[in-house]
Formats: sequence, structure tokens, C-alpha cells
Amino acid sequence: MVSRRRASTLLSASVATLLLTAPVRASELVPYAVIGDAIPLPLAGAVGDASAGRAIVVNRTYTCLLCHSGPFTEQRFQGDLAPSLAGTGSRWSEGQLRLRLVDASRLNAATIMPSYYRADGLQRVGDAWLGKPILSAQQIEDVVAYLTTLQNPS
Amino acid sequence: MKRLRNISLSLLAVIAFTSLIEAAEIAPGERRSGASFMSVETQAMQNDATANPGMLGVLDGEVLWTRKPAAGRACADCHGDASSMRGVAVRYPAFDDKLNRPVDLEQRVNLCRVDHQQLPPLADESRDLLALTALIGRQSQGMPIETGADSRLQAFIDKGRDAFMRRQGQLNLACTNCHDDNWDKRLAGSAITQAHPTGYPVYRLEWQGLGSLKRRLRNCMIGVRTQPYSADAPEMVELELYLMSRARGMASETPAVRP
Ligand code: HEC
Ligand code: HEC
Ligand code: HEC
Repeated sequence: MVSRRRASTLLSASVATLLLTAPVRASELVPYAVIGDAIPLPLAGAVGDASAGRAIVVNRTYTCLLCHSGPFTEQRFQGDLAPSLAGTGSRWSEGQLRLRLVDASRLNAATIMPSYYRADGLQRVGDAWLGKPILSAQQIEDVVAYLTTLQNPS
Repeated sequence: MKRLRNISLSLLAVIAFTSLIEAAEIAPGERRSGASFMSVETQAMQNDATANPGMLGVLDGEVLWTRKPAAGRACADCHGDASSMRGVAVRYPAFDDKLNRPVDLEQRVNLCRVDHQQLPPLADESRDLLALTALIGRQSQGMPIETGADSRLQAFIDKGRDAFMRRQGQLNLACTNCHDDNWDKRLAGSAITQAHPTGYPVYRLEWQGLGSLKRRLRNCMIGVRTQPYSADAPEMVELELYLMSRARGMASETPAVRP
């Protein structure tokens, strides 16, 4: 337990340098720059659409609600493996949310949250999904646009 | 630059170490059957033989058990009453001397079809194969699972364990991430459970029928967008073997009912 806490302090202290030097992994995907714990600029310069983003977040195919809950009263089935998405836009900047979606494992190597914009370094991916990220650059931007609107913590 | 990389590397080592601590295996005293996560209605359905829809498969199995092939002998001609199979299913997958590798119960039944009845093997997930394995499994109801006692199985169990611990698929999740670390949580609406295969083949309400452990495992693999193992892949038997040995001592519940 002690070592775990120490590891996470260590992690946040070194996160900036670690991320600054981390290479972009998949060559087919648009490159992006990680600065500190964020990706400040939109992927491919896309403009996000918050209502399209909400539709992605609640759609079972895109998996968010398998783990998360949030202010989605119409959704009967929501997971409890992860913090509620309510208020997440007040806790994190747009750039931080973008990195969290693109590759959460850079923030916490042990996280169970999938990397939504990554296509390499994965094992035994099924044929239907091989070589593809879970979300496109445009979809990442849509979800980021939506998450930033979640300011209310309930 | 080089120094930075060294820092990152040692940092990664720390993370890797702590994630090992996190992925704790379930202590024997904390193990729970999947049934204990189900609604009272589903549990009642499982426990009442007249309400358990899996029992229809067991009845089908009894018919098949005594059915004589055109040439050759019925299962019953060699094995006697189905009750002679008491204590068999709780030892599977088991080491096969002739093949020199573990075989699961479905494969064992098909070995008898081919070697002893001169019949073609039954297809994976076919009604007849599920019925026969449900019948054989039912004979051990309430008995403790013993799989893995044979030391020749250890290397295969270890491989299954490695597969259970390895992240895979587009969602990059290992079985252990859900079934060891988060078994008390819900994935969307579903209880995750500890993945003890105590009741296979199970009657799953979602399937509206019986399904084997392999079908269940393929469901979880496809869930994390992994290329599933084929039914006769050695990796599939190794995973079944690890799961059964992980459930050693727990009571067999075949045919169980799952949502
Ligand atoms: C397999 C489980 C899982 C899935 C699927 C998942 N997440 Fe997460 N998410 C987590 C966990 C666990 C955390 C907590 C931090 C950590 O462990 O990395 C988290 C953290 C977050 C956070 C930060 C929350 C906060 O305010 O602290 C956001 C935002 C987020 N996830 C958004 C998403 C979105 C959007 C999706 C779908 C595109 C998604 N997650 C899918 C597991 C998941
Ligand atoms: C001609 C005789 C014969 C017939 C018919 C036959 N078996 Fe067998 N069975 C055997 C023998 C002999 C073994 C021991 C293993 C071996 O030598 O193949 C065996 C082993 C088994 C086992 C493993 C028992 C253990 O203790 O591990 C199962 C299960 C089984 N048979 C099921 C069936 C089923 C189901 C059928 C009908 C579809 C069937 N058998 C038909 C002869 C037969
Ligand atoms: C993202 C989380 C998750 C992952 C990863 C996962 N599972 Fe599951 N598993 C579940 C859920 C949820 C259920 C229950 C499904 C239901 O009842 O609808 C389940 C059910 C099972 C069961 C049935 C248990 C019973 O009581 O009948 C077994 C066995 C199992 N999983 C094994 C595995 C194996 C082996 C892997 C790795 C290849 C795996 N699972 C990966 C979530 C997961």
C-alpha cells in the first residue's frame, strides 16, 4: 500500500517529463503532441460537436458506460468500475480530457480504461478491429467537446 | 535524453510492480460461485430441478445416453447407467494418456464417439453435445471440483493462468482486471462475478439455451475485442483448465442458470 502511494506520487512528479518524451505510437493515426499531462491541440484540427459526443458516450458500442456512470437518466445500465463522468469538465481541462481519452495508460500504466486513439502495442486484437483505433480523431474531439460541458458534479 | 529515458524506465518498473500487487488473486475463503451474484429469482430457478430449464438438456442427454448407433454400442452399453459418471465432470479437463495432453469434457465425449462408436464427432455447441455434457455434469452436482490434482497438468494450468493475466484485445483488458480485481462491481448492468466455471454447461437466459464454458469464454473475449480461440485450440483447454483448478473445492452446480 505504502509503495503504491509512493509510486503514484513518483508518477505525477515525473509525468510531465515522461509524457514530453513519449513518442506517438501509431503511424497511421494523426500525430499529436503531449505537453505535460495534456494534449492541448485538437486532433487533426477537428472541431468537436458536443451533441455528437454525448451520443457516442451513451452508445454501448463505444463502451464508456460499461465502466462509467454519469448524468444520463435515460440510460438504465451504467457501470461502477470508474468515477462518474458528472462534473468531469470542471475537474479537467480540455487538453487533459483529450489525453485521457487518447491514451489513458500514459497517465496511469495500470489503468483499465482503454486507449481510444491507439492501434498498436495491443495483443490478439480481433480481425474486425485490427489496426483501428476505437474512436476516430473527429469522434475524440466530439467526446472532448461533450465532456467539457459536464460542469455540474451531480 | 539518456538520463530521462532511465528515469522513465525505472518508473515503469515501479508501476509494473505495483500493478502486480493490485492484480491480487482471490483468497480461497473469499471465493463465491457466480450464482451468489444472481437475483433470488434466478437462483431459485437454478435450484429447483422442475423449474431449471437446463434440466431439459439433461433429459435429452438421458435419451442420447441409451441410444444405439446403427452399428456399435450406446454409451450405456459400455458405461452402464449415467450415474456411473458421478465424480467425472469435476475432474475435467483431465490429462489424456493417449493424446498426452489435457482434454475437456466435450473432447472426451467426442473421443468415445470416434474411438468407441465409430461415429463422427459432435459439433461444438451442438444440442447433442451440450445435452450429453449436461447429463454427465449433473451426476456430480454438489461435489467439490477436483480438476488439477494430476501433476501432469501443471504446465498447462500455468499457461492458462498466463493467458488469464495477459491484457488483450482492442480494449486491452485481461481477464484478471475484471474477475480478480473488480468482481464485486457491475459492467454496465451485469454483475462481473469471479468467473468460477462451477455450473457448465449453463442455461443462459440471454442465449435461451444451454452453452458451454467455451462459448462463455468466447463472449468475454469478443467483449474486449480479442480474436477468440477456436473450440479445439490448446489455449482454450488451458484456460478452461486454469479456471477449473482455480475453483478447486467449490461445489459443482451443473446445469447452472445465468442471466
Ligand atoms: C474498462 C473501463 C473503462 C472504460 C470502458 C472507460 N473508462 Fe474512463 N475511466 C476508467 C477508470 C478506472 C478511470 C479512473 C482513472 C484511471 O484509473 O485511469 C477513468 C477515468 C475517466 C475520466 C476522468 C474522470 C474524472 O473526472 O476523474 C474520464 C473523463 C473518462 N474516464 C472518460 C471516459 C470516456 C468518455 C469513455 C468512453 C469513450 C471511457 N472513459 C471509458 C475506466 C474506464
Ligand atoms: C465401446 C465402449 C464405449 C462406448 C460405446 C462409449 N464409451 Fe466412453 N469410455 C470408454 C472407455 C474404454 C473409456 C476410458 C478411456 C478410453 O480408453 O478411451 C471411456 C471414457 C469415457 C469418459 C471419461 C471417464 C473418466 O473417468 O474420465 C466419458 C465422460 C465417456 N467415456 C463418455 C461417453 C459417452 C457420453 C458415450 C456415448 C456418446 C460413450 N462414452 C461411449 C468406452 C466407451
Ligand atoms: C470487462 C470485464 C471483463 C473481462 C475483461 C472479462 N470478463 Fe468474463 N465476465 C464479465 C461479465 C460482466 C460477466 C457476466 C456476464 C453476464 O452475466 O451477462 C462475465 C462472465 C464470465 C464467466 C462466467 C461465470 C459464471 O458464473 O458463469 C467466466 C467463466 C468468465 N467471465 C471468464 C472470463 C475470462 C477467462 C476472461 C478473459 C479471457 C474474461 N472473462 C474477461 C466481464 C469480463
